[in-house]
Amino acid sequence: MKIKLLDICHSRSGDKGDTANVGLIAKEKKYYPIIEKYVTKEVVKNHFEKICLGGVERYELPNLWALNFLLHNSLGGGGTKSLKNDAQGKTLSFALLRLEIEISGEDANIFEK
Amino acid sequence: MKPYIHIASGQGFWGDLLTAPINQVKYGNIDYLVMDYLAEVTMSILQKQKLKNPKLGFATDLIPLIEEILPICIEKNIKIITNGGGVNPIACKDAIISVANKLGFNVKIGVVRGDDILEKIDFFLSNNIDLKNMETNKSCASVKEKILSSNVYFGAAPIVEALKLGAQIIITGRTTDTGITLAPMIYEFDWSLNDWNKLASGTIAGHILECGAQSSGGNFSYDWESVPNMENIGFPIAEAYPNGEIIITKHKELGGQVSLQTIKEQLLYEIGDPKNYITPDCIADFTTIDLEEIGENKVKIKNVKGKPSTEFYKVSMTYLDGYTAFSTLTYCWPNALKKAKKADEILRKRFQNLKLEFEEIRTEFLGYNSCHYNLSEDVEPNEIVMRIGVRSKDFKSVERFGKEIAPLILTGPPGVTGFAGGRPKPSEVIAYWPSLILKNIIQPIVEIF
Repeated sequence: MKIKLLDICHSRSGDKGDTANVGLIAKEKKYYPIIEKYVTKEVVKNHFEKICLGGVERYELPNLWALNFLLHNSLGGGGTKSLKNDAQGKTLSFALLRLEIEISGEDANIFEK
Repeated sequence: MKPYIHIASGQGFWGDLLTAPINQVKYGNIDYLVMDYLAEVTMSILQKQKLKNPKLGFATDLIPLIEEILPICIEKNIKIITNGGGVNPIACKDAIISVANKLGFNVKIGVVRGDDILEKIDFFLSNNIDLKNMETNKSCASVKEKILSSNVYFGAAPIVEALKLGAQIIITGRTTDTGITLAPMIYEFDWSLNDWNKLASGTIAGHILECGAQSSGGNFSYDWESVPNMENIGFPIAEAYPNGEIIITKHKELGGQVSLQTIKEQLLYEIGDPKNYITPDCIADFTTIDLEEIGENKVKIKNVKGKPSTEFYKVSMTYLDGYTAFSTLTYCWPNALKKAKKADEILRKRFQNLKLEFEEIRTEFLGYNSCHYNLSEDVEPNEIVMRIGVRSKDFKSVERFGKEIAPLILTGPPGVTGFAGGRPKPSEVIAYWPSLILKNIIQPIVEIF
């Protein structure tokens, strides 16, 4: 089954130079293992392929039911150098929530109840 | 020792809601008002202002604010801590003293400086301290002629010293956003400067307060429609305890919301490796934070673990790196996107014919996909704002760009409007040079006036 992150997560994003950080937080504790398993750095890099021109790093914060992604080379140079309207990556939080993940096997059970 | 103290956030950046610090001191009882004014770009702007006028170079918004809140701060014994001293904390202090005198108050002002190392760069370079760029590993000698500002980030320690000397208002130069919140806890609860877990807890409180209402209902993705009274949003307040536990709350008379979700979103804001959040005071581990909602608009933080601070201060330098300019035009139905794309094509051809030199030209279509690019749904918009920006080392090219936009109205596709406010002017690109310097080379200066 397909799940849109918008339905199970909230998020916030910001900048450090030309790197954007996107925090992805599960709305409920039971969704954390799902995002930990399915929202890998490869999936996120693929999702942002036209925006993130560098690598992606992922960090886990299970205590906050959250993942933190660093998207390198994503802000058109960052700071006052960037020509982007969203030079600080403020809207990338919602861009990640557009992602749909394909859940399989037993993992799908929590969504069908 | 007080059983707990209240530290209130008053500003999240220079340009934040002006009524926020006034409301923080007016409603309820707080012990400290802390205000963060500085970003990298701010430092270079302030340095330029100081060059033109030696009495400037600080966050000037502070002066009318202090004039307004000083009587109530003195009545309630609220101390003010801010890094709004920018690159000229002494001038900031002088301006505050003159408004205090005007109001008939005699206040003790603490000044923390020594962070501004702009004039020492030559000395450092000749002593093999080359302030290597943390990202590229290049020596700062390569940009030396273009450096606009250069500041070390101090932590809480110099502010603690000023508090011990009896300061009621503390003005600093470049101090970390987290240090201004942590300092009152160290001072009031007599925390040791190597009690890493407590320092990390106070640092995390500082991270939650440093962006103002972004932790109390502003920019809240979880459920922004549920946030009450956003027009009068309450900024966050940290209720700090001697054992390192913190309760984040806000004044009940004001709007906004403090919940697990608002706090989590701010905790995830602008962080890198969550296990190693490095400040001059300690290294905080965000993966150890225990959060608990203990009541309406009350979130408790406990069990935070910290590690020893490093032997380095971070240095933030800015340098001039060319020019940019931007302009927008609005195209209407029908075929808004097609018309905007044609306008962009015409502009780029004209730039070529004029032999203008740009490092980059970027055109975005606001209302279509400027935020999420290819992830956006493909729709036929009723209207589109075409936003075009250019960047170049060549000032003349950027200046000429500004003269090429308005002609499109009579020489390009139809159904166009929205060109107002005159020709776009070039603005400077302020590039950022992050580096490290050994702590033992730099001496913070703490004075009381």
